[in-house]
Amino acid sequence: MHFEFKVEGGNFSRAGFPSSEVKKRLKQLNVDGSVIKRTVVALYEAEVNIVAHAYSGVISVDIDAGKIIITLADEGPGIPDIRKAMEIGYSTATPEVREMGFGAGMGLSNMNSNADKLEITSEVGKGTTVVITNYFHE
Amino acid sequence: MDSKQNIQFHHALKFREDICIGCSHCMNICPTEAIRVQHGKAQLHANWCVDCGECYRVCPVGAIIVEQDDFDDIYKFTTRVALIPTVFTGQFPDSVGTCEILEAVRTLGFTHVFEVEEGVEFLNERFKEYFTAHKTVKPLISPFCPAIVRLIQVKFPTLAGNIILLKAPVDITALHTRKILAGQGFDPAETGIFYVTPCAAKIVAVKSPVGEIKSVIDGVINMNYLYNKVFKILRQKKDKTGNHPYAALSGKSVCWSLTHGEADHMDQGRSLAIDEINNVMEFLEKVENEEIDGIDFLELRACDESCAGGILCPGNRFITADKLRKRAARCGANPAQTSCEEEKVTRTINLSPEQITIEKINPRSIMKLDDNVAEAMIKMKRIYELNRVLPQVDCGICGSPTCKSLSEDVVQDQATIKQCIFVQKILEQNEKLDMQESVRIMQSIWSENKLDKNSLKDEINEIN
Repeated sequence: MHFEFKVEGGNFSRAGFPSSEVKKRLKQLNVDGSVIKRTVVALYEAEVNIVAHAYSGVISVDIDAGKIIITLADEGPGIPDIRKAMEIGYSTATPEVREMGFGAGMGLSNMNSNADKLEITSEVGKGTTVVITNYFHE
Repeated sequence: MDSKQNIQFHHALKFREDICIGCSHCMNICPTEAIRVQHGKAQLHANWCVDCGECYRVCPVGAIIVEQDDFDDIYKFTTRVALIPTVFTGQFPDSVGTCEILEAVRTLGFTHVFEVEEGVEFLNERFKEYFTAHKTVKPLISPFCPAIVRLIQVKFPTLAGNIILLKAPVDITALHTRKILAGQGFDPAETGIFYVTPCAAKIVAVKSPVGEIKSVIDGVINMNYLYNKVFKILRQKKDKTGNHPYAALSGKSVCWSLTHGEADHMDQGRSLAIDEINNVMEFLEKVENEEIDGIDFLELRACDESCAGGILCPGNRFITADKLRKRAARCGANPAQTSCEEEKVTRTINLSPEQITIEKINPRSIMKLDDNVAEAMIKMKRIYELNRVLPQVDCGICGSPTCKSLSEDVVQDQATIKQCIFVQKILEQNEKLDMQESVRIMQSIWSENKLDKNSLKDEINEIN
């Protein structure tokens, strides 16, 4: 099963819709609650990253009987040093964004701990692609 | 309706087919989409119902009734205890004192009358200890409202582990009362404890408790029923005699069942109070996504204005809440220093942690389409395909509350796509459905009556 969501950079008030939709579907599929929780937390973090840093993005969700793969591809500034970005507390968020309660530098590490597999590829000046894979069974 | 789940859940709300006119008001308001219309009658999907009572409020003909014990059941016991929540005292005019109300209740056949909220101060302390012991779980959710506990079980299964595993004030007070009376020489086997309930959910909580084997309460009395009995006594009374002694409650205790009653007294961290079931669902959706964090305690109540808005409360909920707040203002914050003039007794509660703890609350999701993920996937695909051809008007004429729920019903073999009136029109236009068949379909949903052309004869003649 495949479905997509468009994400608009800077529009924080709408963030969360894809997470709710994915959550609803995983509940309908009788996926274990802890898997649902980890998936929506990782997805929400990743979505907010697009909203905070990129100009626009597309979230593609693919679900089969054993796993969910969420691909978040954005057009944005890209990440120069992915390893550094993964460090807990590292943040490039503007004070404006931090004031809204985002940008504490926990995003990527939180995503990492809530995803079975996390792949990040990025090109500076073009954009970033994040792929989250979570398995329904261990 | 659901063949997959064999366990039927107990409900206090009953639908009377002989009264139901099949108007679908209840179907459209039900927050868990547990109601359908078939053969001109509302049908309840028992496993999906959380006993919130929204259907009871909107039924125009009183076809939804609240199951209750026979009042005379109290006479099965020689010691008969009534536990009265403070919202009951909020149903009466300001001129009527709490002591008079409790005395009137006693004269109806009880040997002892106590207020439910006697257990609040004790419980509040246990809540605080619970917080300290469960610092990693956020937010902790109050177990107070049984409709909310059930809502979380069926709709927000991932939050079931956040519910505080402590009993409600009524259970604390019942346990305490039982202990005190036994100490005074009353035979425990001959002691019956009856709770006067403002809602249907509390009835279910007593009849089939979540996280407990058996409730400590022996029976439940409908508050509306008791109100009428007590009101009559108070009206016929000539003087102000009949002071029933009652324990000094703190202002906190008096208002515990109102919105903010719990949340304002948690001291530690950030607490939030949310009332009305749709507000609660909107909020829990965000909590589940961790879109909202930094909240330590959630007080969630299914009714607007919490228990003052219970479906069995005869009075206006805003007036009731205001009265209780005024009563609270007359009490001191500390029960020992209260200036409340009526109280005559103080009872200290002492119960063990084992006595006040409930067992783990397990989720029982109603969202799953199938136990098997692959099978659920096939069903989900079909649901989304079907939903795309439906008009998204959510008119309910198919007998399901929304286009989406019809899609789900069709895939679960509970309905056919031809029940959609828009689909019928399209099929008729393409000569794939004849008029007789479409009338038959509508009759199977709404009954022959609603589609009986004879009853329209006079109207049509008039127009012509």
